[in-house]
Amino acid sequence: MATQQTVTAGRILVAPSVILLFAWMLGPLARTLYFSTLHYNLLDGSAIRYLGFQNYLDFLSDPNFIDALENTLVLVFSTLFISVVGGIFVALLMDQQVIGLNLLRLMVIAPFFVMPTVSALVWKNLLMNPESGFFLWITKSLHLPAPVWFTNWPMLSVILIVSWEWLPFASLILLTALQSLDLEQKEAAQLDGAGAIPYFFYIVLPHISRAITVVILIETIFLLSVFAEILVTTSGGPGDATTNIAFLVYKQALLDFDVGGASAGGIVAVVLANIAAIFLMRVIGKNLEA
Amino acid sequence: MAVRQSIGRRIGVNVLAWAIGFIIFFPILWTILTSFKTELDAFAFPPKFFSVHWTLENYKGVLDGSNYPLFAYNSIVLSIGANVVGLLIAIPAAWSMAFAPTVVPDRALTRKLYAAMLGAIVLAAAILYLIGDARYDWRIYGPIVAIACIPIVYWVMTRRTPDVLMWMLSTKMMPGVGVLVPIFLWFRDLNLLDTRFGVGLMLMLMNLPIIIWMLYTYFKEIPVGILEAARMDGASLMNEIVHVLTPMATPGIASTMLLAVILSWNEAFWTLNLTTHNAAPLTAFIASYSAPEGLFWAKLSAASTLAIAPILVLGWLSQKQLVRGLTFGAVK
Amino acid sequence: MGSIELQQVRKSFGAVNIIKGVDLEIKNGEFVVFVGPSGCGKSTLLRLIAGLEDVTGGKVVIDGKDATDLGPAQRGLAMVFQSYALYPHMSVRNNIAFPLKMAKAPKDIIDAKVKRAAATLNLTDYLDRRPGQLSGGQRQRVAIGRAIVREPSAFLFDEPLSNLDAALRVQMRLEIGELHNALKTTMIYVTHDQVEAMTMADKIVVLDLGAIAQVGAPLDLYNRPDNLFVARFIGSPTMNIAKGPSAAKRGADSIGIRPEHTDISTTAGEWPGTVRIAEHLGSETFVYVDVDGVGPFTVRVDGEAPLHTDDRVFLNPREPRLHKFNAAGQRIAA
Repeated sequence: MATQQTVTAGRILVAPSVILLFAWMLGPLARTLYFSTLHYNLLDGSAIRYLGFQNYLDFLSDPNFIDALENTLVLVFSTLFISVVGGIFVALLMDQQVIGLNLLRLMVIAPFFVMPTVSALVWKNLLMNPESGFFLWITKSLHLPAPVWFTNWPMLSVILIVSWEWLPFASLILLTALQSLDLEQKEAAQLDGAGAIPYFFYIVLPHISRAITVVILIETIFLLSVFAEILVTTSGGPGDATTNIAFLVYKQALLDFDVGGASAGGIVAVVLANIAAIFLMRVIGKNLEA
Repeated sequence: MAVRQSIGRRIGVNVLAWAIGFIIFFPILWTILTSFKTELDAFAFPPKFFSVHWTLENYKGVLDGSNYPLFAYNSIVLSIGANVVGLLIAIPAAWSMAFAPTVVPDRALTRKLYAAMLGAIVLAAAILYLIGDARYDWRIYGPIVAIACIPIVYWVMTRRTPDVLMWMLSTKMMPGVGVLVPIFLWFRDLNLLDTRFGVGLMLMLMNLPIIIWMLYTYFKEIPVGILEAARMDGASLMNEIVHVLTPMATPGIASTMLLAVILSWNEAFWTLNLTTHNAAPLTAFIASYSAPEGLFWAKLSAASTLAIAPILVLGWLSQKQLVRGLTFGAVK
Repeated sequence: MGSIELQQVRKSFGAVNIIKGVDLEIKNGEFVVFVGPSGCGKSTLLRLIAGLEDVTGGKVVIDGKDATDLGPAQRGLAMVFQSYALYPHMSVRNNIAFPLKMAKAPKDIIDAKVKRAAATLNLTDYLDRRPGQLSGGQRQRVAIGRAIVREPSAFLFDEPLSNLDAALRVQMRLEIGELHNALKTTMIYVTHDQVEAMTMADKIVVLDLGAIAQVGAPLDLYNRPDNLFVARFIGSPTMNIAKGPSAAKRGADSIGIRPEHTDISTTAGEWPGTVRIAEHLGSETFVYVDVDGVGPFTVRVDGEAPLHTDDRVFLNPREPRLHKFNAAGQRIAA
């Protein structure tokens, strides 16, 4: 179906997108790369010095960075665990014959559509408030000691918020994958004498393993750059207990005006995201060829 | 399900499912409830469920007092505007990839492009070296590098279509912090900070890969024979896209727009960092409640409910597209 | 108007040569059928004429003008696709009107032409329906209507009847034939069904793996096939081919005789054999015989025949109707 005309038209029509995305991807990134080799501070009157790799060494050995990296990994892995395990559980539940399933599904999906700033502030002020938050009422009724969430357990608090936001996503994806499982497989398994637990591990889990992989990879990419929730609840604190790499870069760039250091941090963030992205691309690529 | 389950099991499952659903939904429910309480009731401990003096005063306060209308307006304009522009760019691109794909790159052309790329890089490097210190001004090295990239861009365009698509998707995976610094500095230098155009541009760029991708999947489902018939009927390319392709792909386009608007509305990185008060959308407005004075929970609830209500509705309508779009088709 | 010429037209997809140097002349008003087995390139050839694919070499000349570099819209042709390719979101009326809208014709002319086309094709009652609400035959008529209003130099049909059931196919075959008589426009028709070819064509082009095997009127191809390929493709059941002594004694590498020109006898004949199966249709009988030392032969007997499996029979060709071919599969003049 290709003629010279359609091929030429095709190239012209795709050009704007390619140009835009190429510029968007390369331009700023290249400039970040360039900045990351400099000593460049907007507040600092001194001249811009070329530091080369030194900036990276400084950044990577900076205890702030190590802490931020640790926080990032804790946040990502905890949220992954909660959202995926929870997501599997919720998806399994919703795959059953439940009355009013449509309404229930809407309720479970809803948190994903709430903007991060609202999620964070609602959790911080309405639920976790140490004086009148809803959670306080629950812990008091159960005669448990009341946690002062953001003061004593800042990281956990942030993890809870982010997990709440992403659990619906995992549930929805996994539910979709579950629903593609043949009913007949379940019936065959029952005839073969498989109980619920073996059925889950030998049949269900392998069937949704691809979806789980996709969920993990996509969540990882987005979780590495959690920002708004931290900004509006803890601003990275107390101290830097909840500063992840994204927030660290933000702090250095827009609060400390350390262009050089922030750029180095940004590159590190990009590298981390790319690691997950490479794996995700392979999964998607296989799907594209299909 | 053909298998009978015991009544006990069914009740158990239902109770458990609804309990979990309720727990997950609770924060949203609580927010909506609180928005109708007075501040005192909102702050009351133990939390009040019943003997509450329900009121609309918070909504009035938010809508009249703060600059809410401006923020809402910004959210609407940015979400719709950025994505409509994105759509106009994406439809031709998706057409190209679905109906005029590159299956096997032209080897002769590729070789010529390699030569051109090499030449461009050498030339650009030479110029940058020769102009001395002027090379540090981005207004000077920018255009030079941009022109040198033309062969590279053309090379990208002429690769296998699935590869080009994957590359486009990969641009979405770059974390914002990676380019926060140069973007911020450029915006500052170009007076784009706190402008709807500036933030809108960022939102459009973030969504472009997803829009192209989703349109591509929908376009692939349209039989190419119908487009060929249109060509035989004398339709120019523009006519073909406007009169035949777009009407047939309307459901797909609507689904894509739904998802794109939701993603832009909730975007909370560029909207927070590139705006202050003129172009700030609702994400930033709510963020301002993180440093409040006095009692504010009911007002926060009202503002939040207003901010999330439209998207909750849109989101409920777009679940299927969500799976398709956000997993990039890897899960059907 | 309506003359098309192909000069050394070639088409390759990558390293694969689909069309290998085709020369063809189509006169105005002719009903030409491209026929051949799957993969012979007939649809590709049609699409090259339509402009939906570019030629790799050679020229396409339409009405005396070189159309090789023209796009489909500029060649003045109309095409009816195998899947009809109707616009699902438009009514029948708008489907038929679409080409005229694209040509920016004035509204009253569009209305008039659509009305006329609908009347010709018995679609007047369906003008406001959508394609999804029509039957296969009706959809096909809409596709034809859309082609008619363009008043093209030639109509191109790409296996239009393949998606219809047998009865409908016969009816539509007649209608297309009548259309040709009425409009007298050139029609190029692609099919794999040699019955359609034989019944509809003024001229048949038999294609074999991208090259023309023979061009000629239907009965010419039937009575004087130029090569083994055409001999076996035209005519149903297939012509019987015999190699070996019977061919050699007639001075050929292989000989062919059609089932309807083969006599069968229980007593004597040139080719002795055993009946494998006899199909009794009442109006005729098809007898499948394993000829000793030669192979399977088919014989058509008019009316009924008292033959059954395992009967010993003798086959005799009617000499005037015998075809001779040389080692290269080409016809040897009688």
